[in-house]
Amino acid sequence: MNKTINQKAWYFVIPVFVLVAFNAAIPLMTVVNYSFQETFGNNVFAWEGTRWFKQILLSERFHAALGRQFAFTFIILLIQIPLGIAIALTMPKKGWGVPVCLILMSMPLLIPWNVVGAMWNIFALPDIGFLGYTLNSVGFDYNFTQQPGDAWFTTILMDVWHWTSLVVLLSYAGLNSIQPAYYQAAEIDGASRWATFRYIELPKMKKVLTLAILLRFMDSFMIYTEPFVLTGGGPGNTTAFLSIDLVKMALGQFDLGPAAAMSLIYFFIVLLVCWVFYNLMMKNEAQS
Amino acid sequence: MSLELKNVEKKVGIDTHIHPTSLKLEKNTINVLLGSTLAGKTTLMQIMAGLDKPTSGEIWFDGKNVTGMKVQKRNCSMVYQQFINYPNYTVYENIASPLTITGVKDDEIKQRVGKVAELLKLSAMLNKKPDELSGGQQQRTALARALVKDSDLILLDEPLANLDFKLREELREELPKLFENRDCIVVYATTEPSDALMIGGNTATLLEGKVIQYGKTLDVYNKPENLISAKVFSDPPMNIAEITKSGDNCKFTDNNVQWKSSVKIKDGTYKIGIRPHNITTYKEGNNSVEINGKVQISELSGSESLIHFTNGNLNWVSLSNGTQQKNVGEDTKLYMNTDEFLYFDQNNRLVNNG
Repeated sequence: MNKTINQKAWYFVIPVFVLVAFNAAIPLMTVVNYSFQETFGNNVFAWEGTRWFKQILLSERFHAALGRQFAFTFIILLIQIPLGIAIALTMPKKGWGVPVCLILMSMPLLIPWNVVGAMWNIFALPDIGFLGYTLNSVGFDYNFTQQPGDAWFTTILMDVWHWTSLVVLLSYAGLNSIQPAYYQAAEIDGASRWATFRYIELPKMKKVLTLAILLRFMDSFMIYTEPFVLTGGGPGNTTAFLSIDLVKMALGQFDLGPAAAMSLIYFFIVLLVCWVFYNLMMKNEAQS
Repeated sequence: MSLELKNVEKKVGIDTHIHPTSLKLEKNTINVLLGSTLAGKTTLMQIMAGLDKPTSGEIWFDGKNVTGMKVQKRNCSMVYQQFINYPNYTVYENIASPLTITGVKDDEIKQRVGKVAELLKLSAMLNKKPDELSGGQQQRTALARALVKDSDLILLDEPLANLDFKLREELREELPKLFENRDCIVVYATTEPSDALMIGGNTATLLEGKVIQYGKTLDVYNKPENLISAKVFSDPPMNIAEITKSGDNCKFTDNNVQWKSSVKIKDGTYKIGIRPHNITTYKEGNNSVEINGKVQISELSGSESLIHFTNGNLNWVSLSNGTQQKNVGEDTKLYMNTDEFLYFDQNNRLVNNG
């Protein structure tokens, strides 16, 4: 039988192609373009090679921002993952409590990010905010706009409030997919609550937890709006995470070249960490 | 040693899951709980194990009242329909887990696990994780975990239901042997009458949260106390029809088929239960009687032929040996072995029981 040749199907790919081009490729290539050149007014460019990349990679400012970023992400993961699992474990499994808990849990996730920032900003103000005022009146010298430690504390608290729910919901879904027979089997064996968690619940939640950690890593590593509204990166540069620092450089100082180079480096770090993490988890999966 | 349920009842809200039930299971016996889904088999087992408390009634074990005693203190083990193993333990660790928790010495664990693993043909895969095994091997691991413990009570809740046909047959043959020479009470829940017959021991027929009859498996099968028990213990479903008896002559109410019966019961109307394999395309026994039928469904399995047919208003199911080729719509003659008829009175009690 002869095959009829009909290449019209390619036309159907065009919308997707255009969409992806506008959505990802063109903006990304613009950034790549900036990152290798010096940009002057009137669309005048001069080739700079890898100069901006070298400059960023060697700059102390970048190292500091990167360090802050990793510290922040590490701390919030360390709090949110165990806390999320713990809350999911205590949530009811049936009855009227289920929808109540689920709705309460989803609340923070539904609030726009800049609103979260503004809310916490007012909430934490040392003179009129509920949190700030209370802390001060019980004897803490708390002022997140002036003291770096307090700024960090507030930012972390805000992120935990905003995002722990996501970990809770994912863990809860993972827990609910465990058949009751597993718990009975553990009960018959006389396994302790800890052993049940360690040898049944945790391994059964492994996949959703991998997902939760990945999502929380990416989100927190790219965090911008909330700390921008809350602290604006201050006091000084103490809460200027990578994205805040990037915007300062690109729009504040209009250093397009270094900012573009930094964006790409930033992008590759996120990609690299996700790739390494994912592969480690999948390698474990293959072994078990 | 015995396990006794005394008037055990289980209610959840307004629903009664188990109606007051009394049952005494003896040491060294295998007891089959036979009933369809939702008959209360699992609930009954959970009450026996102590995973669930009865609403009222008592459970006695070995002469002691154990009602409300926690499952951990009861020394029982359970195998489920789903293959329940610890996911990140190896097969060895899984089998050893009940012993590790109770603090048995390593040498002894090694020896006991080795023995059980050999019995269940798992010796070659002790270092694998459960999800690397086939369904049959996973269930063998779960069985091994139940056996290694030397429990007083072993509960098997439809352990073969999730296995494919061949593995099921294979494991079903091995099961009774596994429990030989063990000082324990085994309870085996199943929906399949053939499981009960293969396993032997005792059988309790269940329907809608009630134990209908309990006794030696063959007795329950051959002499069901009543129509319900007979129906539960019949697959394919039992044929039931109304008859009238006057003197030695019996006749179906709905057709003209007649036969002579030596059963010593009063004249009157009765219900007859006929197991499908007692209606065949060939004569069997000395007292068979002919019936005409129109074939509705004909299924051949190779060694057996299942023929559904109608006679007047009644639907019948017959099961013959060999391949009996029948066409749908065809008029055919079949033979009923009247010696094997079960006669039930108007209260559905078996009357020809001896």
